[in-house]
Amino acid sequence: MSTPHPTSLSRRGFLTGGALVVSFALAPKAFAQLAGGGEGGAGPAVVAPDLKGSLKSTPWLDAWIRIDADGRVTVFTGKVELGQGIRTALTQVAAEELDILPAAITLVTADTERTPDEGLTAGSHSMQDSGTAIQNAAANVRMLLAAEAARDWGVAADRVTTGGDGSLHAPDGRSLPYGEVAARLSLHVQAVPDAPLRRPSDYRTLGLELPRVDIPAKLTGGPAYLHDMRLPGMLHARVVRGPSVGTSLQSPDLDAVARMPGVVRIVRQGGFLAVVAERQWTAIQALRHLQRAAYARTQSPLPADGTGDAVAATLKALPARDIPIMDTSDPAGPAVRSVKARYTRPWISHGSIGPSCAIARYVDGAMTVWTHSQGTFDVRRVVAELLGLPPEKVHAIHAEGAGCYGQNGADDVAADAAVIAKAMPGHPIRLQWMREQEFGWEPLGPGMMTELEAALGADNRIVSWRHAVWSNPHNNRPVGAGGVLAGNEADPPFPAPEGKPIPMPEGDGSRNSNPLYSFANTHVVYHFLKNMPVRVSALRSLGAHLNVFSIESMLDELAAGAGIDPLAIRLDHMRDERARDVMQAAADRFGWSKRPKGDGRRGCGMAFARYKNLGAYCAVAMEVEVDRETGRTLVRRAVAAVDCGQPANPDGVRNQIEGGLVQSLSWTGREAVRFAADRRASFDWSSYPILRFDDVPGSVEVVVMDRPGAPFLGTAEAAQGPSAAALANAIADATGVRLRDMPLSPERLKAALGPV
Amino acid sequence: MTVTITVNGADHSLDIDPATPLLYVLRDDLELNGAKYGCGLGQCGACTVHIDGKPAFSCLTPIGAVAGRRIRTVEGLGSAEAPGLLQQAFEKEQAAQCGYCIAGMLMRAQALLDRNPDPDEVQIRAHMQTNLCRCGTHMRILRAIRRAVAMRKGVHSAQEVRP
Amino acid sequence: MKRNRWGGWAAGRWAAGGALACLAGVGAFLGIAYRSGLPTVPTPKATEFPTELVSRGAALAAVGDCIVCHTVDKGVAYAGGRALATPFGTLYSTNITPDPETGIGGWSKEAFKRAMRDGVSRDGRHLYPALPYDHYRQVHDGDLDAIYAFLMTRPAASAPAKANDLIFPLGFRPLLAGWKLLFLHQEEFTPRPDRDAEWNRGAYLAEGLGHCSGCHSPRNLAGAEETGGGAYSGGVAEGWVAPALNGASPAAVPWTADSLYAYLRTGVDGRHGAAAGPMGPVVHGLSRAPEADVRAIATYIASLSADRAAPKAPSPPDRAAEAAKANPAGATLFAGACAGCHEGGAPMMTQGRPGLSTVTALQLDSPDNAIRAILQGIHPPTGPAGPTMPAFAASLTDAQIADLAAYLRSRFSDRPAWTSLATAAATVRKEDTQP
Ligand code: FES
Ligand code: FES
Repeated sequence: MSTPHPTSLSRRGFLTGGALVVSFALAPKAFAQLAGGGEGGAGPAVVAPDLKGSLKSTPWLDAWIRIDADGRVTVFTGKVELGQGIRTALTQVAAEELDILPAAITLVTADTERTPDEGLTAGSHSMQDSGTAIQNAAANVRMLLAAEAARDWGVAADRVTTGGDGSLHAPDGRSLPYGEVAARLSLHVQAVPDAPLRRPSDYRTLGLELPRVDIPAKLTGGPAYLHDMRLPGMLHARVVRGPSVGTSLQSPDLDAVARMPGVVRIVRQGGFLAVVAERQWTAIQALRHLQRAAYARTQSPLPADGTGDAVAATLKALPARDIPIMDTSDPAGPAVRSVKARYTRPWISHGSIGPSCAIARYVDGAMTVWTHSQGTFDVRRVVAELLGLPPEKVHAIHAEGAGCYGQNGADDVAADAAVIAKAMPGHPIRLQWMREQEFGWEPLGPGMMTELEAALGADNRIVSWRHAVWSNPHNNRPVGAGGVLAGNEADPPFPAPEGKPIPMPEGDGSRNSNPLYSFANTHVVYHFLKNMPVRVSALRSLGAHLNVFSIESMLDELAAGAGIDPLAIRLDHMRDERARDVMQAAADRFGWSKRPKGDGRRGCGMAFARYKNLGAYCAVAMEVEVDRETGRTLVRRAVAAVDCGQPANPDGVRNQIEGGLVQSLSWTGREAVRFAADRRASFDWSSYPILRFDDVPGSVEVVVMDRPGAPFLGTAEAAQGPSAAALANAIADATGVRLRDMPLSPERLKAALGPV
Repeated sequence: MTVTITVNGADHSLDIDPATPLLYVLRDDLELNGAKYGCGLGQCGACTVHIDGKPAFSCLTPIGAVAGRRIRTVEGLGSAEAPGLLQQAFEKEQAAQCGYCIAGMLMRAQALLDRNPDPDEVQIRAHMQTNLCRCGTHMRILRAIRRAVAMRKGVHSAQEVRP
Repeated sequence: MKRNRWGGWAAGRWAAGGALACLAGVGAFLGIAYRSGLPTVPTPKATEFPTELVSRGAALAAVGDCIVCHTVDKGVAYAGGRALATPFGTLYSTNITPDPETGIGGWSKEAFKRAMRDGVSRDGRHLYPALPYDHYRQVHDGDLDAIYAFLMTRPAASAPAKANDLIFPLGFRPLLAGWKLLFLHQEEFTPRPDRDAEWNRGAYLAEGLGHCSGCHSPRNLAGAEETGGGAYSGGVAEGWVAPALNGASPAAVPWTADSLYAYLRTGVDGRHGAAAGPMGPVVHGLSRAPEADVRAIATYIASLSADRAAPKAPSPPDRAAEAAKANPAGATLFAGACAGCHEGGAPMMTQGRPGLSTVTALQLDSPDNAIRAILQGIHPPTGPAGPTMPAFAASLTDAQIADLAAYLRSRFSDRPAWTSLATAAATVRKEDTQP
């Protein structure tokens, strides 16, 4: 057992003795950008900057951990399960530092009346923010328990040990259960920054591949999702809008729908329209009837349909604010070979398999909203402002939804449901968007472009590197009523807020535009495009997808021209040891040095990035086979290596990286939202196809680096950029054709290959 | 009108519009969570159930059309306490991220195994083609199906289910 | 679903096998069956062919859609091996990559052209008319050169031919000589001076490499196409009705060159429905062919029905109320299974997909195409994106499909009601589940 910090006792004494009146503020009023989410949203102010993770904004231990007299432990997190396995990982973290069995822990995820506000669950921050907070809070709690037991036993605190099962032990064999000791303590104390953590060599839980706690219900039809909640008296609603954002229905036939049996209410306020019915099917039929009405475009024109040049033309026509990201000038030899290239990515849909859903209930002036938004506390802020309710009268509770990968329709649907519920007090309202509504109304991942110019010197070192990126903001998370569709439809409308860039080091369109490599004379600029022709917001990895794609493609373009091995050019310019290790690990497992050489059909490619240059390190290598007749590319095998610090659950890490890799292949290889003149033309899976089983790799292997006790590094988005670039690099190796515009589709590749 | 359907072996009589898609009856009337609404268009497979042993999209199956026919949902494969073989294989492979697609994947895969207890990789992929997953869990889903095949043959080592 | 015009012969036409055998027997008797082998040549190098010639060959091969029959699903392109089910047994397409042992690497240009025109393999064996050499005879010599150049520059793949599995005595190839004697007398295409260049280009492509009439014309008992007035009056392919393209076209809204172009290029036209069944692969090929060639084909095909009478009603019918009264069971099924895509207000409708009253399958005399689409669904022809429809084979019974089809016909067509629908559904289902 570790030694309690000497000052902690007096501090605890002080707080428990005199500061109990300080109540745990569940809803700090201060809005602080970036306090926890890393992607905008609002969050609580930092009040304890010397603490780690989200303890900075919520330093009280009892906000994180409660131990009942009977020994049951409840752990609170402001982060939410999105299918990334965070429930299991955080439970493991808490179990390790408390030194109890994971099964003894009940984990409560974001709930505005129960848990700390940790901002958004986004930006691969959950382990860094909440994992770190819970780890340190648990270490604090264990320290306090040990100290209290030591006092009771009259032994030195550092002689008290824990047994891994929720018990404390004296050297003479006496023992006490946590519950009994905790009953004498108040955990309403602030954490201290340096409560000792358990040593990696003593780990009992952290790093184990425990099965995920949420999976059994998902496999057996147990209640696992918000969608599965059924409240007494619940009614079903559908919200009625034009086919996509920026259109409105012209005189929908309300009278006919009002007469449909089973329709309970038509809710119409300003531009907001919804139907409420006893049965879901009735609500859908009413919706379809209303949608027969003609629609008109009410907002500025959409981007031209198309990819590559069309994306570039749209973006270049928008007024830009230039934000310098990086500017170095170093002595370097003359350039002997330089490459200039433009890379683009079209607008991409989140494409959640389950359209967004929410349940809202308004009783006695108080609103409860169940939401699968990534920003539970933001939902409260939005709904409070939208409906003119005091924030304390709005209770937002997270319940799991289908994977969202960023800001999809979850926030909007929560606000929609709340508007309807407010109009029908006493009735729980369940609202699920239809498939085409999710495609039509969710904010898309922004279309982007980059222009790179890089030069190699005679010694094969990069002597100059220029990277310019054009992007709309990726950061339009709603923190007030103007951020959701229902707010824009209110009378008078809440105007949509102006888009703002996320400053580096996180960045948004600029994310990962600053290479981690050491290049001489690096010049990076972000042409921030405030005006958005399409509704856009965060999509997993934000700008890193295209920026990493661009950097890592350019490296291969340079290497190919100079006949340098792609691994070598990367290692030659990388000083970060962990980055080098990850690249080497991926290369070794892949058999990079023995890989088959590109032969027109088969080829190999690799790529690397450290997410945001401060999250997990990830390298990806893959072998592809190209059918030259059709341009179809199959990934025969892919290997990723990832260093995310101490992995809480290595299998969870592998699952995220595997999933991210496959998802990125889909984005990069075939996806693009299509536009008609007056609407989005991607409205279902036939107009927005994603990767299916036929097209997924032959195999995907993930090497998780062992970094015992190292700080957690965000992992969930780490594979998006490297996978995209590895695909392009492998195609180039196989065919000699460099594709720079996404999607790297069969049509595009076929056209580039030509007939021969 | 009254419609009687047989779900996982139990009969249910409902007074209902016979056009109502089976999906909403399963979810809202029988309170079964397995079949999910994903598209309502027969394009994603999240709502997959078995009708007389064949995989079908419950989102496009009018309840009146399945009166008297055998309907099986993922709840019929097993429970969290007593999972069926395929569910065990998915659990072992941790074959879910958000999991929203998984009940449909299980039903789709089960239909294959019911028909062909020893499918090869090509057959598995071709059969699963109908169902979409956005989380990229495909590799694990494939592994889980292979594992189920192996488990049925009595092979339990994870090594043997890798391709 | 792949195009295979031989598979189109309905099961009832088994007698054709006998007829063919008789005719062929005559041919054999006449002693014309023997064709000499041509010597093998060293495989030409890819670099021997000018890029321009190869590109032209690629475009022509796309119109001819060679890849469809000569490639197995996800297999190596042009390496053959695709099973072509015919009423006479199963044929397997051959390897047409330049592999010297198993492909056509040892074939001279002359040998290749002889095969394309006369249906004779390099070694002198007769080829089955599943290879539409009756059409390829019309292709210009220079274009055959281009296709040869294109094929000879594909990557060689070693893939030995699979043995055909034909009913006796059709495995005996000399019999084919008789068939050819009777039916193989097409000439190289000559343009019609009274038509413009685009029309003539379209006619050349459609009649030659495109072999459109191979499906869209009726065939006689020996499996040869009707010509003259019978041409383009509708045929059968893989059990699907290939609708008439001449004046008898059943389309609810007459085809125009523009609508045909959209259809051939993308697989769907807002006023005619989506390409289904064996038409899917055709569109797949044409979506990759030169735009001008596809426009030309559209112009030519549209001209075939130019003399068609104007439609009676100004807009296609949609009589929901009457149809529901006549077929309440069908109406219920439609509401639960179909309306989500095909009823007003459905997203597909908002997004410009064709309404059912313009879909040709509901206007045909035979319900088979409609039933087949319901049973099998429709797969996007040009790639992963495009018109799609799920299969209802598992969820609807034959009786339910009959109810549904009756409802669809009465709601969306002015034509006489279909009869014996349940039997038709059972028959189609049985065919579909055959291996
Ligand atoms: S919900 Fe039925 S297929 Fe998508
Ligand atoms: S696991 Fe999330 S959609 Fe498949």
